[in-house]
Amino acid sequence: MYLTTEEQAMLDGEEGETLRKAIEILVSLGDIYGADRLIPVKSAQIAGVSYKTIGDAGLEWISDLHGKVRIPSILNPAGMDLQDWEKMRIDPEFAHKQQLIIEAYEKLGISSKCTCTPYYLEGFNAICADHLAWSESSAVSYANSVIGARTNREGGPSALSAALVGKTANYGYHLDEMRKPTVSVTVDYELKGSDYGALGYIVGNIVGSRVPLFILKGKPDNEELKSLGAAMAASGAVALYHVEGVTPEARKNKFARPDENIVIEESQIREIYDKTKPDINDLDIITIGCPHCSPAELSLIAGLLEGTTVSKEVWICTSREVANKYAGIVKSIEKSGAKVICDTCMVVSPATEKYKAMMVNSGKALAYVPGMCGVPTLFGDIYKCIREAVKE
Amino acid sequence: MKVKCRTISRGCAEGEVLITSDTISFLGNIDPKTGKVVDGNHELFGQSIKDKVLVFPHGKGSTVGSYVIYQLFKNGVAPAAMINLESEPIVAVGAIISAIPLVDRLEKDPGSILKNGMSIKVNSSEGYVEVPEG
Repeated sequence: MYLTTEEQAMLDGEEGETLRKAIEILVSLGDIYGADRLIPVKSAQIAGVSYKTIGDAGLEWISDLHGKVRIPSILNPAGMDLQDWEKMRIDPEFAHKQQLIIEAYEKLGISSKCTCTPYYLEGFNAICADHLAWSESSAVSYANSVIGARTNREGGPSALSAALVGKTANYGYHLDEMRKPTVSVTVDYELKGSDYGALGYIVGNIVGSRVPLFILKGKPDNEELKSLGAAMAASGAVALYHVEGVTPEARKNKFARPDENIVIEESQIREIYDKTKPDINDLDIITIGCPHCSPAELSLIAGLLEGTTVSKEVWICTSREVANKYAGIVKSIEKSGAKVICDTCMVVSPATEKYKAMMVNSGKALAYVPGMCGVPTLFGDIYKCIREAVKE
Repeated sequence: MKVKCRTISRGCAEGEVLITSDTISFLGNIDPKTGKVVDGNHELFGQSIKDKVLVFPHGKGSTVGSYVIYQLFKNGVAPAAMINLESEPIVAVGAIISAIPLVDRLEKDPGSILKNGMSIKVNSSEGYVEVPEG
């Protein structure tokens, strides 16, 4: 791999041990994947934040680093709401360790806003063809597919290395030829809302890490695309997809339809809703916001909850920046007794493990919650979720 | 005998070979406190990887595995060096952050030239593995 004089000096340790290790990670990943050089990236989003996932080892590694990041950098969701963790009934020992992880990242100049939707935040907007180093699988899918920016799915240490160096290795989805669709998916049935999460749940399982080109009847909005991509990245490993006539690269490039075509029937989508393994009478928590809610989603939920009182635990997950910016909507949601939870979500927080059964409107949450949190999960659209939430 | 290889994580170390044809998921397969293989289905079950030159095809499983390698290093029970057939990011990143030499793509098949207990030297910085003759 070609390195500039400056990059070579960094690799030789002339700028200290932290940067030497950081660039060594980038160069060796570049070698593994056949990159020709390092390229500048506009921002980084770093995984490996929840104490539940990285443990003491991760905390120690981050604490041992020195220096400052060179590009805007932000974190994945943490294991708890960083301010109101008590309302989630988080163990104080866990909370302490989680705070130490956040402080260690902050010391490196990384924003402690923990979210899977950095694209809603100021300073993290990306445009078509921007190179990024993002980690969280749904954020990667959204950036690549809905925005048309370019990022591989970085691991925690490689995203942090990219943040410190300001560059990443030029391979994978940074290259034109890796972005072409390799399989078609046709749906002859008009989908709406959480149907897209259900579709993603099904398709991810089938296509693995390939690049699907969807041929759909309707025109999904950005929130629907967000849930489609999030579910596919969870049940499969899809980091980029296209929707004919909708997503930016499909509009610009008019891709030829790949020969292999998968047809998804309405009955398959319905099956996901009917796959209600747990007894609905056990339902004791409803969670919305996987990935984190957009302002539009918060406002829809506020409207649905207006004048009602919830009868169960209800979490509406979003980023702190969006919650602060739309404080009026948050207040209106919380008037019903539902909790607006920031910095975390139902998947990465240990707090959900205490419940008997969860209802979600997210294909991604449906893919992860039963296994990672050990909580049986029901799937419903946002209207059904709210109806269950307020049911006596 | 010097066998050429590809550098993944720089460094130089010596140790006894511990070789397996099973892949390794550091998260789950290895106890980070003791360095012992704790997965009953693994070929190396019950053995310690501490100070060994650990030879395995490649890593697998959760990316948290990189941090587990770091924890092994901090606990003083990490391998001295590692050799893969073909390295992947989880083990590569774990090795780099823990300053454990890691190489892959040996010029000769590791399975035919390396035996358990053999003392070898891994010089990743210069891209070779030194194996006793015969």
